[in-house]
Amino acid sequence: MTASTMTNSTQPPSAKPAPPAAPDIPARRAPAEPAVTFDVRHLNVWFSSNQVLDDISLQVPPKAVTAIIGPSGCGKSTFLRSLNRMHDLVPGARVQGSITLFGEDLYASHVDPTVVRRRVGMVFQKSNPFPTMSVAENVTVGLRLNGVRQKALLNERMERALRMAALWDEVKDRLHANALSLSGGQQQRLCIARALAIEPGVLLMDEPASALDPLATAKIEELILELKKQFTIVIVTHNMQQAARISGFTAFLYLGRLVEFDETAKIFTNPSNQQTEDYVTGRFG
Amino acid sequence: MQKHFDEELGSLKEKLLTMGSYAESAVSQAVQAVTERNDKLARQVQDNDNIMDQYEIEIDDLAIHMLSKAPLATDLRLVTVAMKISQNLERIGDEATTISRRAVELNQEAQLKAWLDIPRMAAVALGMLKESLDSFVNKQPEKARAVIPRDKEVDAINRQLYRELSSYMVENPSSISRCLNLMTVSKSLERVADHATNIAQEVVYLCEARDIRHEAHKP
Amino acid sequence: MNDLYYNWRKAKSSFISAACFVCAVIVITPLALVLFHLVRLGASSLDWNFLTQLPKSVGESGGGMANAIVGSLVLVGLAAGIGVPIGVLGGVYLAEFGSGKTNFVVRFAADILNGTPSIVWGIVVYALVVIPMKGASAYAGGLALGFMMIPLVIRTTEEMLALVPNGYREAALALGIPQWKMVVHIVLKTAGKGILTGVLLAASRVAGETAPLLFTTPGNHFWSHNLSEPISSLPVQIYVCAIGPYDDWHRQAWAGALVLLCIALAVNVGARLTTGRNSPHLAR
Repeated sequence: MTASTMTNSTQPPSAKPAPPAAPDIPARRAPAEPAVTFDVRHLNVWFSSNQVLDDISLQVPPKAVTAIIGPSGCGKSTFLRSLNRMHDLVPGARVQGSITLFGEDLYASHVDPTVVRRRVGMVFQKSNPFPTMSVAENVTVGLRLNGVRQKALLNERMERALRMAALWDEVKDRLHANALSLSGGQQQRLCIARALAIEPGVLLMDEPASALDPLATAKIEELILELKKQFTIVIVTHNMQQAARISGFTAFLYLGRLVEFDETAKIFTNPSNQQTEDYVTGRFG
Repeated sequence: MQKHFDEELGSLKEKLLTMGSYAESAVSQAVQAVTERNDKLARQVQDNDNIMDQYEIEIDDLAIHMLSKAPLATDLRLVTVAMKISQNLERIGDEATTISRRAVELNQEAQLKAWLDIPRMAAVALGMLKESLDSFVNKQPEKARAVIPRDKEVDAINRQLYRELSSYMVENPSSISRCLNLMTVSKSLERVADHATNIAQEVVYLCEARDIRHEAHKP
Repeated sequence: MNDLYYNWRKAKSSFISAACFVCAVIVITPLALVLFHLVRLGASSLDWNFLTQLPKSVGESGGGMANAIVGSLVLVGLAAGIGVPIGVLGGVYLAEFGSGKTNFVVRFAADILNGTPSIVWGIVVYALVVIPMKGASAYAGGLALGFMMIPLVIRTTEEMLALVPNGYREAALALGIPQWKMVVHIVLKTAGKGILTGVLLAASRVAGETAPLLFTTPGNHFWSHNLSEPISSLPVQIYVCAIGPYDDWHRQAWAGALVLLCIALAVNVGARLTTGRNSPHLAR
């Protein structure tokens, strides 16, 4: 594993001796509360010659849910994926501008994108638990494939992640069943647990409930409201009522530009920008 | 889908305005029943009160139905403001009914004195109501804001009338029932002005998303 | 009037269905004929002796093809030793790491290799291995068959890996798992059964090749004790028996052909059964 300045190796003092932290896995977040999680400045993204994001600047506040809304194709997912350097995997993608996470530049030349992705978890629209693994193996895969071997630590993290994802009670008796035996909503919560197990400080969610039925969606939204007490969450959604329900801050993107970014209450009761008003009341286009 | 919603919004506004004109004419007719000593007019006002009640129910129903579609921004403010305005208008209707009942009582005895203050109060209160409803139709927050200070005028006339009637009652015990009825009429008109003020405040919230209620109490 | 049109349409539809059925039957017929023929001519000679004894010397009757059967297995094993690593890694490169330009070159090369006639492989390995080693050997035979396996395995590996939905790759990378680990632990594991099937099918294809073996390991009447010696194999032994002058040998050739076909059928059917049970997660 490449050492990197991104590794956060401080641990707060605890009553019982904690097991030794595995290399490159952040053990705990730093005690001091940062004012801003992501500081995005003049972000531009191109796919080949096609500019997808145009000069976006905003600051994602910590321990809150920030929703990204906008019509299809406006660049919401592209923006989200630039927060954990997923565009590095796309040939022809070019990212310009600066994004800092807790003050550290994510795109600096010495930064290993793999390490970035361990600090920023991601949940996708279609739940994708690994099909050859059991529930338990899925949750701990991020830890195991990054070098963590101690069974006790793995089990502890697995239980904690499953509890945080509000899934423990439902699966604790079938931890070794294949992950695909769970229902759609449970699979999505399993993916959330999988992301949480590596203890990122941030969770990115790309339309996490859009493939689920209303009951499962409600559970996911409830979960997000719980999780925001501990994590910074950025969620892309095309459902404005969902954004109104669960987010504290909302950014409205259109054609790759940031039109408005403000507290959710303001965006949905009295937006400053006429375009935002038109989109939010459904009178767009 | 938006067109359907817009039609419902239009229907909501229409109902509100119709209710508003009913309220205006109810108050004006009730005061007329007092000043012209017209019992028939008074009974007409009482009969028309249930029209206003019906409107309030219809408007609230429509508003709840529209809320279930989760409107946002201006639409959301409009629906919630509509519910509040309809409530205020319904109460104005109730005040008009009170005035008309007092009119019937007053008409059974001789007229007390020249009607000076009651018509004056009524004119101001009705003016406030008209202006606030106009500002709602035309989305004019400045007009709405102009309505609010006039409430003090009406309060002043009410207080003055109370003082006059109180001293008169002491001097002329035979006029007590007439004075009490007049005090009730005055109080009702003062309440009409208060409701018109509320409507104006709701219009400001609708247009500017600013809640200016209870600002007098702010430090 | 509508009724008439409907009947005409029904008639057309029935005719086409019947034609398709007939075609299906035509397809199955050769296989049935071959099986029937082989069973008729070879089953009688197929006995325990046949499976366990060495061929007898010229002139003697009886004997078997035990060493040929074992020899074929050894050769396929050697071929797999070459074909599987190169083929799978090549397929992994094409599916996971390649770019448009390099992929084109690799695929083109694989297609050429695939199209090379098997006898050419025989000659090439003869020149490269048999002559320097001054003799035929199992190594040479295995190498020739291995070269033939490579393009088959590359092709099926790449296809199986392409069937793995991209969502798994993204999810793994989003967990901060390095790309090579993602490929090995997630993608390969998911496509594993499919790749295995592809390998088995390639092996059974290659097991029946005769031409390359003629140049590289033309046969051995006895057990081979050393892989640098020539080794017997079923296809070659069948060939030798078939062109020989003795009826006894001809019978043995039929029996050998029946055994070869049965092995091929068993591997094919077995491979399909394994894939069938596991295709759901590849089809997501």
